[in-house]
Amino acid sequence: MNAELAAPPKLVVNNLNFHYGTERALKDINLSIPEKMVTAFIGPSGCGKSTLLRTFNRMYELYPRQKASGEILLDGNNILDKKQDLNTLRAKIGMVFQKPTPFPMSIYDNIAFGAKLYENLSRYDMDERVEWALKKAALWTEAKDKLKQSGTGLSGGQQQRLCIARAIAVKPQVLLLDEPTSALDPISTAHIEKLIDELKAEFTIVIVTHNMQQAARVSDYTAYMYLGNLIEFGDTSTVFTNPKRKETEDYITGRFG
Amino acid sequence: MPMFLREARLKRQNWLDFLFRNVTRFFAFAVLALLLTLIIALIIGSWPAINAFGFRFFGSSEWNPVTEEFGALIPIVGTLTTSAIALLIAIPVSFGIAIFLTELSPRWLRRPLGIAIELLAGIPSIIYGMWGLFVFAPLFADYIEPWLTKHIGPIPLLGPFFSGPPMGIGVLTAGIILAIMVIPFIASVMRDVFEVVPTLLKESAYGLGATTWEVMWKVVLPYTKIGVVGGIMLGLGRALGETMAVTFVIGNAHELNKSLLMPGNSISSALANEFNEAVGELYTSALIELGLILFFITFVVLSLARYMLYKLAKREGHTT
Repeated sequence: MNAELAAPPKLVVNNLNFHYGTERALKDINLSIPEKMVTAFIGPSGCGKSTLLRTFNRMYELYPRQKASGEILLDGNNILDKKQDLNTLRAKIGMVFQKPTPFPMSIYDNIAFGAKLYENLSRYDMDERVEWALKKAALWTEAKDKLKQSGTGLSGGQQQRLCIARAIAVKPQVLLLDEPTSALDPISTAHIEKLIDELKAEFTIVIVTHNMQQAARVSDYTAYMYLGNLIEFGDTSTVFTNPKRKETEDYITGRFG
Repeated sequence: MPMFLREARLKRQNWLDFLFRNVTRFFAFAVLALLLTLIIALIIGSWPAINAFGFRFFGSSEWNPVTEEFGALIPIVGTLTTSAIALLIAIPVSFGIAIFLTELSPRWLRRPLGIAIELLAGIPSIIYGMWGLFVFAPLFADYIEPWLTKHIGPIPLLGPFFSGPPMGIGVLTAGIILAIMVIPFIASVMRDVFEVVPTLLKESAYGLGATTWEVMWKVVLPYTKIGVVGGIMLGLGRALGETMAVTFVIGNAHELNKSLLMPGNSISSALANEFNEAVGELYTSALIELGLILFFITFVVLSLARYMLYKLAKREGHTT
C-alpha cells in the first residue's frame, strides 16, 4: 500500500509479519514513511499499531517469543537483518513511551545518558548538548535552574518532555512516539503536540495514538490498522475526510472502535 | 432498632476500638521495652569487665583466663574481617545471579533456579559449618591456599595477607563460608527488587541503545538502591552474628595474625566456645561485654547503611 508521498521515504516496510509465539499480530504490512514528516498509526486496541512501531527499533527482541519477518528498510538498509547492530539502530531510531520514564538521576544526567553511550563529549560539549536537547523539547526555561535535581521530581508533562529531550539528545533520525500523551492532562498534551510539530523539521516522526483527533491534528500521513492488517494509508486529510475504505470510515466516524 | 439498643452497640464498639488500640500499642511498645531490657542486662552483666579494663578492652589482644586479663581486639577484628570478606565476595556474585535471573535466563529456568537459591537460604548454619570443615577446608588447604601463597604472597602490601602454612581453616575460609551463606539472601532480595522495576523504564534505556549491563548498572541499580542496600544489610547482619558455621572453620585461636590464612576468632564463636568453661566473674563478664560490642557493631552498621542511603538520595537530587 503505497500512497503518493510528499517527501522521500525514510522507512520502507515490505511484507512485514510479526508473531507473538504462534499468534500472528501483523499481516503482510507494506508501508512507506516519509522523511521529516509526522506519520500516525491509528486503530482500535490490539490492532497492531504499537507492535508495528516496536519493530522499527526492534524493541521486541527483548522478548524471546516475539519474531518479525519481512523487511524494514531504513535509508535502504534492512534493519531486520541479523547483522544489524541493535545499539547503532537504536541510536538512529529513538523512542518515547506511553508513560514518562525519567531515570532515577538528575535532569542533566537523564539527558546525558544516551549521548554518553555513543559519544565521548567533553564537559563543555555535553553541557551544550543538554541545553540543545532541552531547548528542542521546550523544557529549557523550566529546567535550566534545576539541572542537578532529580528528573522524577518534575510534573508528568515535564517528565514526558524530558524523555523526548533524552531521546533527541542522541541525535536520532527517526523518533518513535508510542501514545506519548496517554498519561497526560490536556494542557501537557497540547504542549507535546506543539512540540511534535516543531520537531518534524529535523526528525522523521512516527506516532501511535488511540486519539483520532490527535492524529488529525499532528500528523501529515495516517495509517489505519485493524486486526494486524494495514487497512488504509494516505495523507491525513484524505484519510479523515475522504477515506477510500469503508472500514476506515466506520472507525473515524465513531461507528465502531 | 430501638434507640437504647443502638446506643448500647455504639458503646460496645467504642470500647472494642479502645481495647484494640491499646492492645496493639502494648505490643509495639513491648518490642521497645524488650530491646531496652536487653541492653541494660548486657551492660549490667559486663559492668565488672568495663570497670576492670575500661577502654583498654577494645585495644588489647590479650585473652588470658588464668591471669584474668581480657581484651576484645582479636574477636572484633575477626568478626569485621570475616564479614568484610563475605560481603566482598557475596555482593558481586549476588548481583550477577540477580541479573541473570531477571534479565538473561530463559523463562523455564527462572523458577527452578530461584527455588534452589531459596533452598540454600534455608539450610541450617551448622550444616554449612560441617561441610566447611570436612569438605571445603581440606580442598582449600590442598589447592587454593598454596596457589594464593604462591601468586599473591610475593606481591608487596597484599602479600602478607596471604602467607603462612596452608591449614584450610582460618579467617579467609570463614569469610568464604559466610559468603556462601549470605549469597542466597542478598541474591533473592536483589532479584525481588529488580523484578519490580517497570518494564517501560528498562525499555527506555534499551531504546536509547544501552546494553543489558548498562541498563542494569545505570538504571535498574539506582532505581532499586534502597532494596539492594537493604538486602546487603540483611546479609551483613547474618554474617556478623553467624556463630556455628564460623566456629567450625575459623580455628578459634586467640592470635592476631596479618595473614588471612591463619586461624583467628570472631565474637560470636568466642562466645559459643567459651561460655561453658567461663569460671569467675571477670571471665563471664568479659564475654558478656563481647556480646555488647557485637550488639553495638550491628547498630553502627545499620546506622551507616541509613546514612549511606541518605547520601545517595542527596546526590541523586531531590525536588526543593
